[in-house]
Amino acid sequence: MYDFNYHRPSSLDEAVTLLGQGEDVKVLAGGHTLLPTMKQRLAAPSDVVDLSRIAALKGIEATEGAVRIGAATSHADVAASGEVRNRIPALAALAARIGDPHVRNRGTLGGSIANNDPNADYPAACLALGATIVTTKREIAADDFFVDMFETALDEDEIVTRVDFPVPRRAGYAKFPNPASRYALVGVFVAEGGDGIRAAVTGAGPCVFRVPEMEAALGHDFSPAALEGIKVDAGGLNADIHASADYRAHLVGVMARRAVEAALEGR
Amino acid sequence: MARDTGIGARVKRVEDQRFITGKGRYTADLNRPGQAHAAFVRSPHAHAKVGSIDKASAMEVPGVLAVFTGEDLAADEVGALPCGWAITSKDGSPMVAPGHPCLAQGKVRYVGDPVAVVIGETLSAARGGAEALEVEYEELPAVVDLDAAQSSDAPLVHDEAARNTAFEWELGDKAATEEAFAKARHVTRIDLVNNRLVPNAMEPRAAVGEYDSGTDGFTLYTTSQNPHVARLVMSAFLNIAPEHKLRVIAPDVGGGFGSKIYVYPEETVCVWASSKVDRPVKWTCDRAEAFLSDAHGRDHLTHAELALDEQGKILGLRIKTKANVGGYLNLFASSVPTYLYATLLSGQYDIPAIYAEVDAVYTNTTPVDAYRGAGRPEATFVVERLIEVAARETGMDPAEFRRRNFVTSFPHQTPVIMMYDAGDYAASLDKALELIDYSGFAQRKSQAAREGKLRGIGFSTYIEACGIAPSQAVGSLGAGVGLWESAEVRVNPVGTVEVLTGSHSHGQGHETTFAQLVADRLGIPMTNVAIVHGDTDKVQFGMGTYGSRSGAVGMSAISVALDRVVAKAKKVAAHLLEASEGDIEFKDGQFTVSGTDRSIDWTSVALNAYTAHGFPSADLEPGLKEGAFYDPTNFTFPAGCHICELEIDADTGHTRIVNWVAVDDFGEIINPMIVEGQVHGGIAQGVGQALLEHTVYDESGQLVSGSFMDYTMPRADDLPSFSLDFTVTRCPSNPLGIKGCGEAGAIAAPAAVINAITDAVGHEDVAMPATAEAVWQAIRKSPAREAAE
Ligand SMILES: Cc1cc2nc3c(=O)[nH]c(=O)nc-3n(C[C@H](O)[C@H](O)[C@H](O)COP(=O)(O)OP(=O)(O)OC[C@H]3O[C@@H](n4cnc5c(N)ncnc54)[C@H](O)[C@@H]3O)c2cc1C
Repeated sequence: MYDFNYHRPSSLDEAVTLLGQGEDVKVLAGGHTLLPTMKQRLAAPSDVVDLSRIAALKGIEATEGAVRIGAATSHADVAASGEVRNRIPALAALAARIGDPHVRNRGTLGGSIANNDPNADYPAACLALGATIVTTKREIAADDFFVDMFETALDEDEIVTRVDFPVPRRAGYAKFPNPASRYALVGVFVAEGGDGIRAAVTGAGPCVFRVPEMEAALGHDFSPAALEGIKVDAGGLNADIHASADYRAHLVGVMARRAVEAALEGR
Repeated sequence: MARDTGIGARVKRVEDQRFITGKGRYTADLNRPGQAHAAFVRSPHAHAKVGSIDKASAMEVPGVLAVFTGEDLAADEVGALPCGWAITSKDGSPMVAPGHPCLAQGKVRYVGDPVAVVIGETLSAARGGAEALEVEYEELPAVVDLDAAQSSDAPLVHDEAARNTAFEWELGDKAATEEAFAKARHVTRIDLVNNRLVPNAMEPRAAVGEYDSGTDGFTLYTTSQNPHVARLVMSAFLNIAPEHKLRVIAPDVGGGFGSKIYVYPEETVCVWASSKVDRPVKWTCDRAEAFLSDAHGRDHLTHAELALDEQGKILGLRIKTKANVGGYLNLFASSVPTYLYATLLSGQYDIPAIYAEVDAVYTNTTPVDAYRGAGRPEATFVVERLIEVAARETGMDPAEFRRRNFVTSFPHQTPVIMMYDAGDYAASLDKALELIDYSGFAQRKSQAAREGKLRGIGFSTYIEACGIAPSQAVGSLGAGVGLWESAEVRVNPVGTVEVLTGSHSHGQGHETTFAQLVADRLGIPMTNVAIVHGDTDKVQFGMGTYGSRSGAVGMSAISVALDRVVAKAKKVAAHLLEASEGDIEFKDGQFTVSGTDRSIDWTSVALNAYTAHGFPSADLEPGLKEGAFYDPTNFTFPAGCHICELEIDADTGHTRIVNWVAVDDFGEIINPMIVEGQVHGGIAQGVGQALLEHTVYDESGQLVSGSFMDYTMPRADDLPSFSLDFTVTRCPSNPLGIKGCGEAGAIAAPAAVINAITDAVGHEDVAMPATAEAVWQAIRKSPAREAAE
């Protein structure tokens, strides 16, 4: 790790001001992605702004038709939240299966989506639930937020403050974990909400994506059987030492069916 | 008292108190006054010529104290790391084993090969210097694929090793084996991959080297399984310092699995550099470095054949193995695919003829050496896969097929050197069949099928040779060392006891089991016994811990020393009781004149041994301390039966082990709880190899699976709760009747898992690691499925 300046502001305003100063300023949330890259000397920010003391970024609030989750809320807190478990059980279940206990106690929702790892779980939930990402500058629809591998719509000096998840009629998530990291080798989030059915896939491609064919089929018949025979094209999917593109394409089908089963069972 | 703590008692591990409460003292915990830090510059290329190294580029970094390269080592005549076991090729030529320079001498041969060291005031300064150091490389084509490495157009890792071959070795009777195959009714043939593993002990390697200019002596604190051997190699081969000027201390060590047997470049450089900068030099490996620089394990390609007669009796076995040794032949690397491997190819079976050919092959990858089981897991995998496939091909029940071929009378001389001294293989098998409810399997399988799961069952009736080993035997096979063990039992005047052992504990629980033995023999509380190990200045020369030898060999040495202590104590007691020595009985800590009520206790005898008042000086020396060097008469042969039952999710290929039975025969058992722990850990590692651990190099020789995000270690939720049991045939080759238990699980497990998966999918084409995708692909190839489609 190289030397850097460490800041721990207690307000969002202060954090935004700090972000505007210094050569290469990074915000630090759970640190589970940022710190390893700094330790390996792959990232070398001049300044690090720790968000952990900003109360406004934490907490879970239920509103009419939505659940609002502060960006600095840990995965463990989301998993344990009564509000989330009652209103969007699939989201609580997703958070409960991120990484391992250490990761869940440190990692945050904001850090996860800002990082937009192609194998992260939350992007699938955001996209399928039609979430709104609220930042220090604006509100961004999930459809516009996740741009490409490790790339989002965020500006350099923009901080995610919370994510608003509309409460769906039903939703389910199924994940096939990478056995080493426990990130999603393939994860599929299926939700039926105000604007119909959405099926979002993470892990399989360079960035989270929707599968219109599945959504249409589920619109006619919300059952695992409706997905039989729908194949995702392996072209363009990720291939690495953990899984070939063909296997990932196959798993998308299997996980989609299991997500629908979970949704039907209210898991 | 003795019943709670003596031999056979489930005593909780005394060392765990400090390990679990964070009070362990590991090498990385030690900080010496004035200490500087080392960072190694490692080759980013698998194969390259090293050109000029611009030391100034690193010296400019603030806090950098020194930069050393291979040239500096050469100037001080620091030697290269040797291979300590000489193997002779079939044609009589010696193995080709160029030494491994501690810092590159003109060439690098794997990614991670150390090129230079930067010493800094702080770790950060050292790392900054290492990053800044400018090294010129001329990249050379690399050879990575084991199968292709011996072809005539492959690049040469070492110019002196033609076809990248270190040796071409054979064992067994070729002609007799050919004859057996010629008259066979059925021949089973298989091709196997034994996948390369990265050891990943929980504690990474570390070293602090310290030079004392006052005494002109060195101290090395390091993560070693055998500090005396490290000292010997450093003085005899590396020319760092003579043995009496080098003290090696291996404090608490957090796991080794073989990877900490060897002497590595890093600790050697730390000791040497400490005199150059006249400050202690510390290095702690990080996990990424460990992946590249710890000696790896396994990595074989094998073609194997089994010949059967019409009754399903085995007539002969032959194998041809290519063993990847990586960029250099490491310290014990030559013995692993030869004498620790092919000598076990008879398994638990009566096989009249065996012939094995093994080629040791260089590639531009991290060196490969002994890893938990070392050669014996590879042998078991070959034998137990062959047996299972042969049973299936001939339509026999795999348990019955094994039973038909078991060795049943002892001693049994195999055609591959080993003489099995004791065992009862059918007893373990029978018990295991009962525990797993073998007769209920068919029903469980059809139940699983109704739930969309493929259920399979797989056996592994393994054998291993442990307690290595008789010095005479290993010497005749090429070992550069003897493999006895030493012990010293020092009784203090108050009757407490210190045992100094040449064995080294790095997870095995010696402080508990060794103390149990002493408490049992002397009738004193375990808390009155201290086990001292891991310091060459305290303990006389010893050979260390590997090959499940510390019970059979290390404790036997303690046992002999204890006999001597008791004999001496009886003399003292006889003097004190004014009786003749022959009349003294010793039991439960009391010396009694037989047939009388005259007695004296242990503590009084100990005290009197030191006060020595009125000792008849000629025949009774003061003091109570005895030592022993124990050399075993044979290897020991732990054996047993593991059965794995698993379910595969047909949609994803994910395998879940649902049931695991292990019935092991380890001879006499000192502490069943510790033994079970060893078996649990061993099975976990074996399951890791079979299902999860995938070491992947790309074509250019970069290790792609170089972190825990990419290399899957087995975790608790990958494993079922095991059902373990034991059968006992006493080992006749050592005084305690112990066979050893440290490696059994890792030896048995891989074959059991793959036998179960192949049973579930209905064909044999499943390689390790059987990842979910590999199994999914295998299911797609399964004949049952093809027929259905
Ligand atoms: C071993 C391991 C296993 C894991 N397994 C999983 C898994 O199964 N599934 C999964 O989804 N994830 C997994 N993760 C990722 C983890 O859960 C975190 O989500 C991830 O590390 C990022 O969150 P963080 O809070 O740690 O962010 P940090 O590491 O602190 O930050 C990550 C990036 O986001 C930026 N950032 C952080 N917060 C904000 C914000 N509020 N606004 C703008 N930018 C911000 C930072 O500047 C940085 O660039 C795993 C991580 C590890 C180490």
